[in-house]
Formats: sequence, structure tokens, C-alpha cells
Amino acid sequence: MSLRPLTAPWFHAPAGFEKIWLGCAILWCFVMSLMMPYWHFRGKQNSTGEAYTVTPAAFMARVDKFVAANQVGTYKNPSSANPLLQELPIVEPPAGGDAYLMGRMWMWYPALRLRLGETYRIHLSSVDLQHGFSLQPLNMNFQVLPGYDHVLTITPTSKGEFTIVCNEFCGLGHSNMSGKIFVE
Amino acid sequence: MKNEPKIHPWQKLLDNPWLLLVLGVLIPILSYTAWGWIELLMTKPALLP
Amino acid sequence: MSSSHNLSAPGTPGRVCGTTGLGVCLDAQRFIKLNAVVGIVFLLLGGIAALLLALTRWQTVHLLPADWFYRILTFHGINMLILWILFFEVAILCFACTTPLNARLYSRKVAWVSFLMMLTGGVMVDYIILVGQADVMMTSYLPLLAHPLFYLGIILVAVGTLIGVFNFFATLYVAKRDGAYTGSMPIVTFGALAAAIIAVVTLLHGAIVMIPTFTYSMGWTAQPDPAWYRLIWWGLGHQSQQVNVCAMVAVWYLISHITVGAKPINEAVCRSAFVLYILFINLASAHHLLVDPGVGATWKIWNTSYAMYLAVLASMVHGFTVPAGIELAMREKGYNSGIFGWVSALPWKNPAFAATVLSVVIFGFLGGITGVTLGTQQINIIAHNTLRIPGHFHVTVVGGTTLAFMGLAYYVIPLIFQRDFIFRGVARLQPWLFGIGITLLAFGMSFAGSMGVSRRSWDIDAQGVYGPAAHLWLGVLGIGGTLAFTGLLVFVLLCVGTLIFGKKIEGRAMADWGTPTALAGSTPGSLAHDHYAVKGTMVLTLVFLACFAVYYFANWKALADVWPVR
Repeated sequence: MSLRPLTAPWFHAPAGFEKIWLGCAILWCFVMSLMMPYWHFRGKQNSTGEAYTVTPAAFMARVDKFVAANQVGTYKNPSSANPLLQELPIVEPPAGGDAYLMGRMWMWYPALRLRLGETYRIHLSSVDLQHGFSLQPLNMNFQVLPGYDHVLTITPTSKGEFTIVCNEFCGLGHSNMSGKIFVE
Repeated sequence: MKNEPKIHPWQKLLDNPWLLLVLGVLIPILSYTAWGWIELLMTKPALLP
Repeated sequence: MSSSHNLSAPGTPGRVCGTTGLGVCLDAQRFIKLNAVVGIVFLLLGGIAALLLALTRWQTVHLLPADWFYRILTFHGINMLILWILFFEVAILCFACTTPLNARLYSRKVAWVSFLMMLTGGVMVDYIILVGQADVMMTSYLPLLAHPLFYLGIILVAVGTLIGVFNFFATLYVAKRDGAYTGSMPIVTFGALAAAIIAVVTLLHGAIVMIPTFTYSMGWTAQPDPAWYRLIWWGLGHQSQQVNVCAMVAVWYLISHITVGAKPINEAVCRSAFVLYILFINLASAHHLLVDPGVGATWKIWNTSYAMYLAVLASMVHGFTVPAGIELAMREKGYNSGIFGWVSALPWKNPAFAATVLSVVIFGFLGGITGVTLGTQQINIIAHNTLRIPGHFHVTVVGGTTLAFMGLAYYVIPLIFQRDFIFRGVARLQPWLFGIGITLLAFGMSFAGSMGVSRRSWDIDAQGVYGPAAHLWLGVLGIGGTLAFTGLLVFVLLCVGTLIFGKKIEGRAMADWGTPTALAGSTPGSLAHDHYAVKGTMVLTLVFLACFAVYYFANWKALADVWPVR
């Protein structure tokens, strides 16, 4: 009885259909339990959370150094409603090397140019609030925190112009916060 | 002496709300909170090559 | 005045329910009423906010300006996920530790302190949000900073709820000690116990995160680390949702019992499932941090898996035992033809029953499947902070828990407030209106989210990367949200109208919403030893498993199509 105390001992082992269902459910849980570790070792897309502590000032300085050493062009979008995005340096990291991408209210700085099939270590951090790195149209999403250098070891396997949307609320300009990655 | 019906040990565990409370508090605090907190505390400073 | 905690003891303030014959503790009754009414007020406020938000994300309408959108979004999250649901759950706890155990509530004074603290905190938070001093989302992620009253209000709500939970545990203790009942507590109380235990963990995390954040907002201490904040906050934020899951499942057992005469097909199995919740469900707060820096892959994988999916197993167990209890009860009443013959004889016109079935189906098929999938460490890469996430939690917390609680109200108001509902024809339709609305809303969110549309974003056009399909799904979101709001408003008006104008029930049974009658020749308990009776449930759960597998592996395939990343 669901609403009255049980005065007789009630333990019975499962039997019949409920036992069959338990077996199916346990099997399914086992399959799911194997999937994540399997993908961790054999799959290509993982979020390992590789990160280091860093002050916003130190990260910003490193970004500026990266831009100064590797700028290859300028992305111009004079009609952008967001004045911060009207002109962005395009920076290309060395093949297999490190790129530095800063999130701030309300832009991703700088724009990156990457080569198809090369692997890069992209360092993501924020110099103010939390931001969400959301690469479209691929729909790859990572959290970006001030005080943490979040490293993504990433390999572009498609060409084109990709937009970095911000998907963590960061103030009134949040939906205008944008960035660019060009893959050639 | 009353003739007590025999109660399965698993039923005894489920009938003990205080034990369940202790386990229900300890296990997530250790597995999620403490372990996660330690991971964050162990984050190394950036090298920024 | 009796000092015994036994409801049957002379001098104990109690009455006998005219419908069920069960004892009702008058103190518990008062606090069920107070908490339920206040909860429904916050539901209405949160619901108005929901309508405004749905009509803003529907880009064609785009009702609110940006600053009000973010403000109302914060308001909506707090009022729905914290205020409505915690108040209603305290009401459920007051019931679950008294009537089923024939016990009286431990302390009226403690209940008042709890209620007044929660109410003060709720009003404080709502006020400070509406005056624009806390545009930080419900999650208030540091370094975003709100006015100190925001944090203080949440602390008051958390501590007040914890005090109410203490009252529940104290009632359990003295009820057993004073012999108010013998044997094991019934399954409904056991489910409430699971909810209460998880609430303790939840509220502890709330205190640990909110107190230093409050002192920081006052300028007394340094800023807590943002990553630490996220870790601890989600100990409050997600674990409160697990309280909702336990309470919802307890309500499923309760309503299926009242409306159809169902009982747990195997007490050990049902209770063990609640125990798996108690031990492991809180680990999955980690699924909010799956693409975060700082916490590693092993921590993410172990915790997001609810310890190898043991807590998911628990949900799959309840997903079987709840329908099985209903099916068995129907077959024992004589509705035994074929695999699904019993379904047409179910009391579909009973709004509590309809709400429960909708809750089980929406929560299970839509909520559970999407939740486990999105909470997979790697798949989260293609889902985090997109609208897929609200798409998931609107089917669990709203289509699941809130709808079940609405169903419960159709019995709470007649049995506790002792008034029969007005406009009964409208009441019968209300769960469908709300359930269909929420389902549409969630589909809109989920499909837009799979196209990369962000959650918590006022405008998608500024980015220039979303096409007509995304806009279409946001339109579905808008329409679904409007329908769901209508369903919510109808519910609130029915409840308030009934409390004012409903016919009083004194000394008679409540007006029956409709329960299936036992057919001639049937005997209760006749199938107690037939372990292969519940064929319909077996088919349904296997279909569920097939859907789960398809959705799950489809998402792995979608993940495999994006760039390699570690």
C-alpha cells in the first residue's frame, strides 16, 4: 500500500518481467558506462579540461605578443553593429603551435587563420567575465573563465569562415559578441 | 517474547533513514565536491610558451 | 494538549479525512496550505516571465528589450527552479511525514520559522532582481556580481528550506519513537525521504557557495575563484533538481495509488531505486562542468555517469514500476484484454491521472533520454550552453515535475483545503494544454539548439550565422511557450478560484474525478504472484530503450563529424 506503513517484511527478489527489465536496463547502463572511456582513448573529440592558472593581465600580454609576431592580415567589417568587431587582426599561429584567443566584453580577439589538417593548441581565457566559446556552424562549445588558460588541442578538418559566438551571459552586449576563425 | 518475523538485511538498510542520510551526504560530497575542489586547487600556473 | 506524536492519541490536533479515512495533522495541514499557496503564487510570477521570454526569443515578436530580457530571465529561473518548486516540495514533505505515518508534525514553531525565512528570502530576491540590481541569471556566475540582497535572499531561502527539512526528519524520528506507526514507512514517504536527504546536500552546497559570495559582494572578503564557484554552485543548482526528481516520483506513486489503486509491484525494487538516487544522483552535477577548464576527464566521466549510470538505472526502474503498478491494478480490476486493453479503461478524464501519465512520458522519453545523452562528457561539446540544454530541462522540471505537482493539486485542494474544484471540465483539459505546450516549447528549443542557437541570448540575428530553420524553431518555441503559459494560467485561476468559490467539503467525500471501477468477478490481489502480467509495460519500456539507443548513438555520430579536439 503506497500510503500506509508496511507491517510485514517486504523484501522479495525481483521476478518475471521486472527482472527482465532490470537486466536490460543494467546492460544498457553498462554499455553507456563504456562509451565515454572508449571515446576518451579512441575517439577524436574529447573535453579533458586541460587548464592552467593565469592572471588576466599576463594572458592579455601574451595575446598581444602573439598578435604582434604572427599577424597576417586584417578582417574588416565596417557595417558591424558592434564597433569592437569592425576591424580585427587576423593572426596565424605556426603549424602545430600555440594560438592565444582572448574573450572580453564583447569580442573574441584576435581573428585566427588556421591550416586544414594541422593541429594547434588554442589557449582560451577571459580578461573580465565568464564567456562561452561557441564555434559555428560546427557547434563546438567550451567554457572560458578569467584566471584560467583553457587549452584546446584542436585540428580543423573543414575549410571556410567560422564564427565564434559567445554563449555565456556576459552583459548587455552579449548577443553581439563575436569572433572569427578562417581555415584554408 | 513476541515472535519477530525475520527481516532481510537489505530491508534493514532501507529501513534506516539515518544511515541513508549519512551515506547520501558523504558520497556526493566526496566524489563530486571534494574531488573536484582538489582538481581545481591542483591546477598548475600557465607557461604561456 | 497531547505531547504524543501519534495522531490517534487523545488531544492531538487532527481530523479524519472524509474521503480516504486517513488522519490529517492540523499543523501539517496549515503548512501544506501556506506553502502550496505561496508556491503557486511564485509559479504564476515565473510563468508570466516565461511568456515574456518566449515572445522575445521568438525573433519575429522580440517583445522585450535586451536589458529586460536578461532581467526577466534571471527572475524566471529563480522563481521557477527555486521558489515555486521548493515551496511546493515543503508542502509535500509536510504531508509525507504525517498522514501516511499517522503522526503529527514535530514542531509548529519550526515550521513557521522555515516558512517565514523562505518567504522573506523569496520576496527579497524577487525585489532586487526587478529593480535591476541583479541581472546575473539564476546562476550568478562570478565575476558577474549582484547586489548583496540577491545572495542574502537565496541564503534565507536555502536556510529556511533546510529548517523545513529538519522538521521532516524530526517528525520521522519522533513518529517512530512514539510508536505512531509500526513497520516500514510507505513508499510515498520513502520517496519524500530521498528528496529530503538530497535537499540536505543541496542546501549545504548553497551555504558553502553563497556565504563567501555574499561577503564578497559586501566588500568584506576577496572574490571566490570563478571555477570553484561553478563547482559548488552546481552542487546547489543541479542537486536541487534531483530533489525535484525524487519528489516527482513520490508523487507518481501517490497519484497512481489514489486514482487507480496502484501499488509498488516490488517494494524492494522501488525502494532500492530511491536508494540509488540518494547515493549517486548528486554526482551528476558534474554535467554542468563537462567543457570547463580545471576539472579533468576522469572526474568528469565518473561523476557525470552517476557512478556508472546507477542513478539512471534507478530512473529506468521507476519508469517500469510506475506504469507496471497501474497496469497490474487495472488487470486485477478485470481490464485484462490483450496487451494494451487496460489503457482505454484508464481514468483519462481525471486531471491528476492525466497529469501523471503525461509527466511520466514527457520526463522519461524526452527528459531522461536527452539528459543522459547531453550529459555525456564528449557529446556535451556539441550541446553546452546551446538551447538544447533548456530544451532538456523544460521537459524534466516542467513537463515532469511541475506537471506532476499540478496533478497533485487536483487532490490537495479538495482533501486539504476541503473545497471541490470549479469548472471541472476545464480542469480535465488543463494538463494536456500545459503538457503539449511544454513539449512544443522543448522541441523548438532542442532543434534550434542543435543548429547552434545559444541559450541566454537576446538576439540571434546580430551574429549573422543562423538561417531560416533556426528562426522557424524559435517560432515553435514561442508558440509552445504561449500554449504552456495558457495552461499554467488556467491552472492558477482554477486553484485560486476554487479556494474562493469552490464548494466546501465538510463531512463528506470529495467529488470523484473518476476512478476505474472493478469489474464483476475481479479480485484485488489476484495477480500478486503473476510476474508476467504487465505485458503492456514491458512493451512500452522496450520501445523506450530502443528510442534511447537511437538518440544516444545518433548524437555520438553527430559528435564524430566535428573537428578533433582534446
